[in-house]
Amino acid sequence: MVNHRSDHLDRTFAALGDPTRRAILARLEREESASVSDLSKPFAIKLPAVMKHLDVLDEARLIVRSKRGRTVTVRLRPEPIRQAMDWLSRYERFWSKSLDRLAAYAERKEAEARRRER
Amino acid sequence: MTSLRLVRQIRARPSIVFEALTTPEGITSWWGPDAGPVLFADLDVRVGGRFKVRFRMLDGSEHESTGEYLEVAPHKRLVMSWQWTLGGEPDEAGNVSRLEFHFDPIDIGTQLTLTHAQLTTETSRESHGRGWTGALDKLTRRFALASAGDLDVRA
Repeated sequence: MVNHRSDHLDRTFAALGDPTRRAILARLEREESASVSDLSKPFAIKLPAVMKHLDVLDEARLIVRSKRGRTVTVRLRPEPIRQAMDWLSRYERFWSKSLDRLAAYAERKEAEARRRER
Repeated sequence: MTSLRLVRQIRARPSIVFEALTTPEGITSWWGPDAGPVLFADLDVRVGGRFKVRFRMLDGSEHESTGEYLEVAPHKRLVMSWQWTLGGEPDEAGNVSRLEFHFDPIDIGTQLTLTHAQLTTETSRESHGRGWTGALDKLTRRFALASAGDLDVRA
């Protein structure tokens, strides 16, 4: 259970490592939702290949698919990206405060060194 | 690949900034997110050497991180692995990340660039450097935090 969330992150990052999948996500980001056949149009690959990419995005929980009649609609799911942002904001807080103090310390040391050099 | 990048311009020469990061006296003077004390800083600054730093926060909690020096170029560059060994985020237990410092001389002193990169699987390491396109930029902008100016999400 300890690594539950990092497994999720692994899948998120792996899923984002492919240009076709990033293009699909970018489009869903613009258009909220799209049908699978609409999504496959801009790509020079066949529908089954697009379906495979959608499977990867689905497993990484980056999208949700819903079926109505013969149409499958795809939507973006923000949670995994939010988890990546959580990681960033935790370390941003840690390092930002630390570096402020590091800067103050180094500047004190610099002033001391200059006094000695005079 | 997610990484955090912070840049500070410091009015001190690179050798002094480098020492602040590579001596126990330096580390104990600033390490940690609040004014709580650094309890110890064991540093063996050479490639393959390790560091261990423990600090106590003002709320009384103690935190310790450790890692190995991967690159040591005095006054220029310092790279190490990083992991929490006490009091880190529970969901990060056992995860190793990579911490990189660059010291660039500028007019007023030093531009210090910190990059803290999350390492997860081989797959994500593989995608490191290939670069995420605008797709991810847009996604992250959409969920941008107030402090997003300091954040850099990239491959």
